[in-house]
Amino acid sequence: MNATQQNIKISAEEKEIWKALEQITDPEIPVLSITDLGIVRNVKISDGEVEIIITPTYSGCPAMDVISMNIRMMLFSLGIRNFKISQQLAPAWTTDWMSEEGKKKLKEYGIAPPNAKQQVCNEKLFIQDEAVQCPHCESYHTHRVSEFGSTACKALYVCDDCKEPFDYFKCH
Amino acid sequence: MKENLINYTLHLADNALILGHRNSEWCGHGPVLEQDIAITNISLDLIGQARYFYQYAAQLKADGSTEDSLAYLRDNREFKNCLLVEQPNGDWAKTILRQFLFSAYQFFLYEELRSCKDKQLAAIAEKSLKEVNYHLRWSSEWVVRLGDGTAESRKRLMNAIDELWMYLGELFQPAVYETELLKEGKAADLSKINPKWEQKVKEVLEEATLPVPEAVFQQTGGKDGRHTEYLGYILAEMQFLQRAYPGCEW
Repeated sequence: MNATQQNIKISAEEKEIWKALEQITDPEIPVLSITDLGIVRNVKISDGEVEIIITPTYSGCPAMDVISMNIRMMLFSLGIRNFKISQQLAPAWTTDWMSEEGKKKLKEYGIAPPNAKQQVCNEKLFIQDEAVQCPHCESYHTHRVSEFGSTACKALYVCDDCKEPFDYFKCH
Repeated sequence: MKENLINYTLHLADNALILGHRNSEWCGHGPVLEQDIAITNISLDLIGQARYFYQYAAQLKADGSTEDSLAYLRDNREFKNCLLVEQPNGDWAKTILRQFLFSAYQFFLYEELRSCKDKQLAAIAEKSLKEVNYHLRWSSEWVVRLGDGTAESRKRLMNAIDELWMYLGELFQPAVYETELLKEGKAADLSKINPKWEQKVKEVLEEATLPVPEAVFQQTGGKDGRHTEYLGYILAEMQFLQRAYPGCEW
């Protein structure tokens, strides 16, 4: 749940900022906005200063610096000069915060969206791979090629039915 | 004392940065594409974790230090990483074993640290633990594959055990800043981590049909800045640009 849903009363200016934040996309997965990803934790305005609180997804994700810069550019374009962007680590970001809309967009883009969290992060060795649905033909008859993919957030899979390789946005 | 917290935070940062840097040397040289990607992804995670710790240390120091100055402008004796993480990559077996032994340590350490009394250290640990989970499982599976694989892969892993085992004792010997900080409830208790780590290592080595080594003489000193010759070479390469062109950005 993000702050727009939490706070019933938000000012017109906050609303405008939230709306603009929805337009900022993840540089590595351009179909997802940073609000779809659940990266923006809060927007606060006090004494004329705007504070945007963001949380990192994966520790090593280079996209975070770019996202931060894009937020800066967006605030400038709204004519806001007095602001700060702060990083908040706790509670730790999880793929559960990705919006349903975001998951739908990922699938349409050809990336399998993350499964529910309880299925992963099992430290047992050689465990049965979780069933991941092929974003192309919707078959669950797929297998994992590598736990690590082209970016920190993805694993490599292949569909055993349509034979297409695909990325899976892994649970976190 | 704030000094202890700064030293401990730097120790955690240096561990992650140096191992991340070592792993990054594999970029473009991995045995197969997927594993090249895996080891460099692990590098990225570790360097990302190091950044959180350096940012926090810089904030605590409040003397104009930044995450970059702490990584790029400190010298050999100021680095507080364990000797294990600075050891050369060797072959794939040695890199895998080093990763496994360290990931198992980091896993139980972060697990403890996430309930420590320092909120920022706890938050970094909670965040990073999810990533270490992947590192531990991946490296464990590789130890099993190599140990229980061919005669050649087994021989190489046995060599790696011989080369790395002497650097493990240090992991569980607290430095003065750790002991002091633990009294305030702000560090991970190494005596609690040790048995869990031993159990995990034993399980995986047994699964890999490898003997658990007998006690050997243990090297120490890394946590207090006394390093093997290898760290200097890492720093020379890693810090060259900032030393030659101070403040350079791209």
